[in-house]
Amino acid sequence: MTKSGFVVANLFRKRTRTILTLLSVIMAFLLFGLLQSVNTVFNAGADFVGATRLMVQARVSFTQPLPVSMVPKLEAIPGVARVAYQQWFGGVWQENTPLIMFALDPQRYRDVYPEWLMPEAQWQAFEHTRTGMIVGRQLADQYGWKLGQKIPIASNIYPLKNGSKAWAFDLVGIFDGKDEEWKRRTNLAFIQQDYFDEANQFNVKGRTNFFILKLQDGARAEAISKTVDAMFENSPDETKTQTEKDFNISFVKQIGDIGLIVRWILFAVFFTLLLVVGNTMAQSVRERVPELAVLKTLGFSDASVLGFVLAEAFALCLAGGLIGLVLASICGALVAKGTGGQFQLQLDAGVWLIGVAAIGLMSLAVGLLPALRARRLRIVDALAGR
Amino acid sequence: MLSQTLAITGISIRSIPERWAPSLVIVIGLAGVVAVFTALLAMAAGFESTLKATGRSDAALILRGGSDAELNSAFDRDSTDLIKQEPGIVAGVDGRPLASAELMVIAELVRKDDVRNGANITVRGVEPSGFILRPQLKIIAGRNFTPGLRELIVGQGVLRQFQGAEIGRVVRMRGSEWTVVGEFAAGDAHDSELWTDINVARTTFGRSGSSSVLAALDGPQGLARLKSAVAAEPRLTMDVLREQDYFSGQTKQFRRTIGFLAGVVTIIMALGAVFAALNSMYAAVAARGKEIATLRAIGFGGLPVVVSVMVEALLLALTGAVLGALIAYLLFNDLSVSTLGQNFTQVVFDFKVTPTLVAQGLVIAVVIGMLGGLLPALRAARLPVTTSLREQ
Repeated sequence: MTKSGFVVANLFRKRTRTILTLLSVIMAFLLFGLLQSVNTVFNAGADFVGATRLMVQARVSFTQPLPVSMVPKLEAIPGVARVAYQQWFGGVWQENTPLIMFALDPQRYRDVYPEWLMPEAQWQAFEHTRTGMIVGRQLADQYGWKLGQKIPIASNIYPLKNGSKAWAFDLVGIFDGKDEEWKRRTNLAFIQQDYFDEANQFNVKGRTNFFILKLQDGARAEAISKTVDAMFENSPDETKTQTEKDFNISFVKQIGDIGLIVRWILFAVFFTLLLVVGNTMAQSVRERVPELAVLKTLGFSDASVLGFVLAEAFALCLAGGLIGLVLASICGALVAKGTGGQFQLQLDAGVWLIGVAAIGLMSLAVGLLPALRARRLRIVDALAGR
Repeated sequence: MLSQTLAITGISIRSIPERWAPSLVIVIGLAGVVAVFTALLAMAAGFESTLKATGRSDAALILRGGSDAELNSAFDRDSTDLIKQEPGIVAGVDGRPLASAELMVIAELVRKDDVRNGANITVRGVEPSGFILRPQLKIIAGRNFTPGLRELIVGQGVLRQFQGAEIGRVVRMRGSEWTVVGEFAAGDAHDSELWTDINVARTTFGRSGSSSVLAALDGPQGLARLKSAVAAEPRLTMDVLREQDYFSGQTKQFRRTIGFLAGVVTIIMALGAVFAALNSMYAAVAARGKEIATLRAIGFGGLPVVVSVMVEALLLALTGAVLGALIAYLLFNDLSVSTLGQNFTQVVFDFKVTPTLVAQGLVIAVVIGMLGGLLPALRAARLPVTTSLREQ
């Protein structure tokens, strides 16, 4: 019998106990995988957006509009390559589904966000169709929108000139992301700022919520944001400028400290798990004291007996952990599918990495004490049952 | 039968200390499940109780049609004055309609535990009748703002969670400077706001109208009368809502999200706890194999054995649940947090560990205890007496 065979055989001497323990480990890692990916969703965009873009908003809050007439001043700042802007539209699909929808200048936006991929003809159509709208792949798939359709969308902020809030836009383009991360964020919809300006009842013209500055060199982001904010200080349109990454982080923080909640839950889960598996391992070593003594009598060294017990703990945690993480991936994929891609629960490489680290730590934590006990065993005492 | 059950149960419970390690697994496992469950739902309960306390049943909130939230709503001065004249609104002591036109703008403040990320805070410009309509709101430090001056009063919730709005501090908004002169307590969602005079807000922010009108209703029929009058007035396209309904309606989404999270987490953790409990109870039954067999041999029935194992599992589970609820209570009750509300601004609220939640936690524990105890109990009762007695 090989050493690994021996370890596995030992695990299954008490089949019920091993299976039950394994199931507990699986549950813990299933929860771990799901919660970690929720955490990733809420930190979305934090890691992969480059530092080459700055978001400029009104200092008091981004719900306060800024005048589009600021564009030339922003563009004149050395180091700024291109300026785009976007205005929140308050789009609502059907009864009550809010859409992430902005009014913007197509050409400028396209220049600043090369990450969105769309056929040239559709970009052209967007630019030249006043009532045109482009949407992300996910959004189009979710509601079954097709190119050329007239999509009725209400706004919970802006009525049309006739007082009605029932806007409608021609779907002229569907864009995709350049990689997985950007594909995940294709739940956006964009319309033309020009059309918005002339069609809304409030005469809101030339106003926007954000300017997005594309920089020539990301390293100068800090200096340029200071320049921008200094430029508009004490004007009615004071600004607050931050990198796109910081903006996303602070946006998510508004919802609350999701990470903190996740950490508390995981702490409770793993603390419990430690006890469950630890108890099982301790029990199994206790029952096998005479056997371990026999092993030592046969010439196995103290270290290899320690190794056997540790390997058992590791095998248990590894099997349970991997099955749990795989289950979490499946559940995550189901959630993503069930919500039409709106809520992307995916176990990315980062989650797996932390997961595997957790498996390693867990095995040590539950296996070390029983393993040391097995190592310390003196043959005479153990065989005599002392 | 009953005396047999009592006798065996007594023995098994008294012997728990000898099997403390596996027993502890059940207790801690259940404590974990119940603590997480209680803490998550205490968050939902706290949010709900804050918003439900906000708003009166005898007042109406009037928003621009289809705007859902005060932030999205806006109408001009004429409409504002027109609404106040509609029937269904009660007259105040001065004989004028008791209604407050309010203007909502958003300021950013930085959380106490943060250095730079700003969070949205509601700044509410009110008319003097705004205070009459909310008698629960009391100035607890400093003084009220002086109409006509750029002064703010700050809700106690804002002070708990955010920095930079203490009395005497200057808050800058759109190039204008506002002095904080007082602190107020309302015990509801208004605690998360800054208040000022609507007319100063209008001139400073270049807005002539208002975001909403809050009006006291004239008797139980007032809302219906106001609604039909507004619907019949062609110059107005407004939504008339009972103030209480407006705030209660905001809790739905949060409740659903937290409820879903708590549900998934609790189910998975509960499954884990059931497996752990099964394990421990099997171990307990195995350890007592000889003893149970002896009892059976001298004439004790199978049912008392089943009951005794079940009672032991339940007792351990309940101990765990009580421990878990206690942990949740000590760590989280009255913990003040804030999240994004309907208006895209922060709502400050406290976790509330309610008796209902604790009761639900205990029910979960009973279910887990039953599931974890049943199979081992049946095994204990079915153990062949002779083999068990012969075992080492």
